[in-house]
Amino acid sequence: MTTQQLTRPAAPARLANPPARTLALGLARARYEVRAYFRLGDTVFFTFLFPALLLTIFSTAFSEGTFGSPGNEVDAAQYYLPGMLAAGILLSGLQNLGVDIALERSDGTLKRLAGTPLPVTSYFLGKLGQVLVTGLLQAALLLALAAVVFRVPLPTDAAAWATFAWVFVLGVLTSAVLGIAISAVPRSGKSASAVIIPITLVLQFVSGVYLPFDQLPEWLQQVASVFPLKWFAQGMRSVFLPEEFAALEPSGEWDLGLVALVGAAWLVVGLVLTRLTFRWIRKDS
Amino acid sequence: MTTAPVVSVRDLRKRYGSHDALRGVDFDIHEGETFALLGPNGAGKSTTIEILEGYRDRTGGEASVLGVDPGRGGLGWKSRLGIVLQSGGEQGSVTVREQLRHFASFYPNPRKADDVIAAVGLEEKADTLIRKLSGGQRRRVDVALGIIGRPELLFLDEPTTGFDPEARRRFWELIRSLRAEGTTILLTTHYLDEAAQLSDRAAVIAGGVVVASGPIAELGGADSRTPIVRWRVNGELREQRTTEPGLVVRDLIDELGREPDALEIIRPSLEDVYLSLLEKHLGEHGTTDAPAHTATEAAR
Repeated sequence: MTTQQLTRPAAPARLANPPARTLALGLARARYEVRAYFRLGDTVFFTFLFPALLLTIFSTAFSEGTFGSPGNEVDAAQYYLPGMLAAGILLSGLQNLGVDIALERSDGTLKRLAGTPLPVTSYFLGKLGQVLVTGLLQAALLLALAAVVFRVPLPTDAAAWATFAWVFVLGVLTSAVLGIAISAVPRSGKSASAVIIPITLVLQFVSGVYLPFDQLPEWLQQVASVFPLKWFAQGMRSVFLPEEFAALEPSGEWDLGLVALVGAAWLVVGLVLTRLTFRWIRKDS
Repeated sequence: MTTAPVVSVRDLRKRYGSHDALRGVDFDIHEGETFALLGPNGAGKSTTIEILEGYRDRTGGEASVLGVDPGRGGLGWKSRLGIVLQSGGEQGSVTVREQLRHFASFYPNPRKADDVIAAVGLEEKADTLIRKLSGGQRRRVDVALGIIGRPELLFLDEPTTGFDPEARRRFWELIRSLRAEGTTILLTTHYLDEAAQLSDRAAVIAGGVVVASGPIAELGGADSRTPIVRWRVNGELREQRTTEPGLVVRDLIDELGREPDALEIIRPSLEDVYLSLLEKHLGEHGTTDAPAHTATEAAR
């Protein structure tokens, strides 16, 4: 008995300094998640490279065409670049996390984490970090492809890039948080893609990513305006299209204030839904 | 020395819809003890262990794990536990070493990843992606993840499923060394030799209740360990329980005037004791699906 007493496991652990610990573990999770992400060939292809692939297809298919009103035309690559950047935000956040977390719930990953002293907030920070890193790389790839291969003129003034930065960060955060929230919807990991991909696909079609927004019927424009993707795409158009293109928007303006407002509102909705619905495991299922 | 039990369960109940999975389970596990929970599939072993791990809510009774109600355990409580669940199907896009280092960072006083990898015998696979391992190797990663945090209490839910005999022996050595360090262990297993090798005490669960519990050597009472003499007469199996098997065999030879057919003297193993306990339980509860190979009581 005495020898056991001597070599017993160390005294009950104190988990010191919770906020700092939560943050440090969040960073550790982000590194871990990014590494695992790039080792899965199918996610890299379908969420990471997909927008670059579509930009290439649109730019090549419509290489003879021009977009915009007479006198202010741009080529297909420039016209589609903002939409692809917005689509990338949606795919890296909502689609990627929605499917990924549903799979982690069904394959036992979340159950294993639930049995460890990992704070749930650190898990979320890791997912956000992963989306931020992969989203940034994805955007950088799109911009490089557009500039180098398709000779799209990128903005040169700091104000345009500042707009890009806040629209991108707000978009990624909102999209990621909505992805965490929506991961509770699929009833199994197997059905996750089937449930979530149609949602993101429809959103992309009605939000001016694949189809020019000004050519959609007005009622469909209004429906799309409820959802954040339309606004992120509009924010990106304000950065990469000439000023004159603002006339093609429903209000004739870029409406960046509304972009911020609708994006922030959906971010709050996503946070509240996540807080209310996220569980490591479904108890008693 | 009297210390509070590490795990204490009183009248534990669990109901799923209209099905009572646990109908009043009681047991204690003391500090430094290895305790085995035995029972057939669906008896309530995993339900019990998952309630104690905090994964399921109980519908009645009391449970205490390291002095805490497992339904309300926080992160500090979890940092003192090690949990090896029944195997999952994770993608495993990280290597064994990456996974262990990562999980080590969750705990305040973890073991070294490389020490744990060596302890489960995966040195050669340390830099292999987990998804590329065989089932038995993945199971060893599960065990490694369960002990990386230097737990005071370790839950092992059917830990050696898919192990080859050599891996199982190594696993037993590992569990003995953890026990020697003072780790309290709750084990469920289908392998009764494993329970006999590793545990100090065991409880047999059937139909949601504990049908027997105690030190392994005493499980089922002294009578259930009485040797059995078994032979055949005209192709029919006969057997007799006796504390003097030699004398019974001598009488038998005298009676028959020759060597009895297919003569055996059997000292009941834990497995025999276990099966007769289940048989007794099923007999008392009128369930029809009794084990097929039940011993037939022969009259003499």
